[in-house]
Amino acid sequence: MIRVRLPNVHRFNQVVSLALFLSSMASAETDGNVDARWAALQSTVEAAQSAGDNAWMLVSAALVLMMTGPGLALFYGGLVRKKNVLATMMQSFIMMALATVLWAVVGYSLAFGEGNMFIGDLRYAFLNGVGSEPNPDYSATIPQQTFMVFQLMFAIITPALITGAFAERMKFSAMLLFMTLWLLLVYFPMAHMVWGKGGLLNAFSGGRVPCFDFAGGTVVHITSGVSALVCAVYLGRRKGYPGETMKPHSLVLSVIGACLLWVGWFGFNAGSALSSSALASSAFVATHFGAAAATLGWVIAEWIKSGKPSVLGAVSGAVAGLVAITPAAGFVTPLSALVIGFAAGVVCYFMVTSVKRRFGYDDSLDAFGVHGAGGTLGAILTGVFATSLVNDGLKDASGNPVALGWVDGNAAQVINQSLGVVIAWVLAIVGTLVILKICDILVGLRVHPLHETEGLDLSLHGEEAYNFEA
Amino acid sequence: MKKVEAIIQPFKLEDVKDALKAIGVDGMTVTEVRGHGRQKGHKEVYRGQEYHVDLLPKIKLEMVICDNRLEEVLRTVTHAARTGKIGDGKLFVYDVTDAIRIRNDDRGEAAL
Repeated sequence: MIRVRLPNVHRFNQVVSLALFLSSMASAETDGNVDARWAALQSTVEAAQSAGDNAWMLVSAALVLMMTGPGLALFYGGLVRKKNVLATMMQSFIMMALATVLWAVVGYSLAFGEGNMFIGDLRYAFLNGVGSEPNPDYSATIPQQTFMVFQLMFAIITPALITGAFAERMKFSAMLLFMTLWLLLVYFPMAHMVWGKGGLLNAFSGGRVPCFDFAGGTVVHITSGVSALVCAVYLGRRKGYPGETMKPHSLVLSVIGACLLWVGWFGFNAGSALSSSALASSAFVATHFGAAAATLGWVIAEWIKSGKPSVLGAVSGAVAGLVAITPAAGFVTPLSALVIGFAAGVVCYFMVTSVKRRFGYDDSLDAFGVHGAGGTLGAILTGVFATSLVNDGLKDASGNPVALGWVDGNAAQVINQSLGVVIAWVLAIVGTLVILKICDILVGLRVHPLHETEGLDLSLHGEEAYNFEA
Repeated sequence: MKKVEAIIQPFKLEDVKDALKAIGVDGMTVTEVRGHGRQKGHKEVYRGQEYHVDLLPKIKLEMVICDNRLEEVLRTVTHAARTGKIGDGKLFVYDVTDAIRIRNDDRGEAAL
């Protein structure tokens, strides 16, 4: 059979004419023959849908990888001092390798194997049975391999987000050990609880505490942001902080990185529809609107408070909005996305300025202030604004869409969302503390003070970012 | 021979170069530098973290000239670089004991 790629309308016409042809044949054919042709027709239509969904999901997976490298690597790399830019970019880049291998060995299975309500089992260990057949528990129209690799990209960026908190002072060896344990003890369980079949918080799979987290407000941003705060406090401040000048060495890099994050986020959120559907469009639009409103929120707050609308403020606001809209995209209307985004811009601005100064922790690149705070705000506001007008995936016994958030009249969802937030916070705090203690004992967390002064690029990696003599 | 070292505002470089060219001085070395005299710095804010920046971007021009052209050059540079505001910069004049053109071993003023 020759497969021709046709736009939807043509494909539909083709199907209709084929159906008419078949029905005209029906009188002449035996019933069995019609059934066989009908089945063939159905499988052709399914293959067409699968092709469309798979194309979008593969692109989405690539977009999410782009968020880590180059997106996050540039965003963070620009914010540190010149002597630490390579080490900072390496902390993101190496996760593209480390998390991938771990994902293949046990990660995917622990997150998405059926298991119990807290963690998956080992049925997919070493990607056993993860092939071209769809896994209808998660996504009935795309190969399970596509679903697996899309979810992998989330497991790459989430730990990479934490690195912003301990930038410019953590040993590379300690970071590798920390990230390995963190994925095993914090990320995989959390991903399973929220998205895994039978997970404690999975609203779409009979979870005990039904939470809505479309693309990872709790799984990605609260876990990483809160763990980041624990890291910043446990490791202590950078030498000379505050007081010494620690200006970002290149905001140009940071702006480029933030723009790549924004674009990549369309794969992150709209891809989380797991299909090339109207739901994906809705999540795409909400994502964009959230980022836009948050940019303005941060810039306005900063302009009023400190007199100038900074470029770093604008891009930080965009990221804060993208964080906050992550759990909500796919559940909220574009106008709700504007509200959530604007709130995130203002709240995160105060988190990284007033709150950080007040408590004196050195969350160097504001992983907590943006991801922890923005993720928490977004998760709770999802309970307020989620509506079945946008997402009718949850049905009651008679097949009608269930009221989702407060705007639908289900005020109790705000409590469910808050419980989800508390569970994510507790898991992140306890898990990270235990892991830091283990890493501290086994390899030590901080680089030698002389190496910190010299810069991690030279002392850890034996390289310099900008070589004038070259 | 004299060496004139001029610290000027970066945005005045083109004016100074043009003025020097007009009086026939065409050899100079230019460096981007940072520094301050009596000029106050400015405040920079990165995510609420304030820094007072007192080393400001400046341009340093260095040129070596014949003794008899000194006053003319000093007048030309000060005139072209002046805005009348604090931060315009300074000129320093040094005696130069010798100069050598690497290409052909010319010495002294012949090498300029």
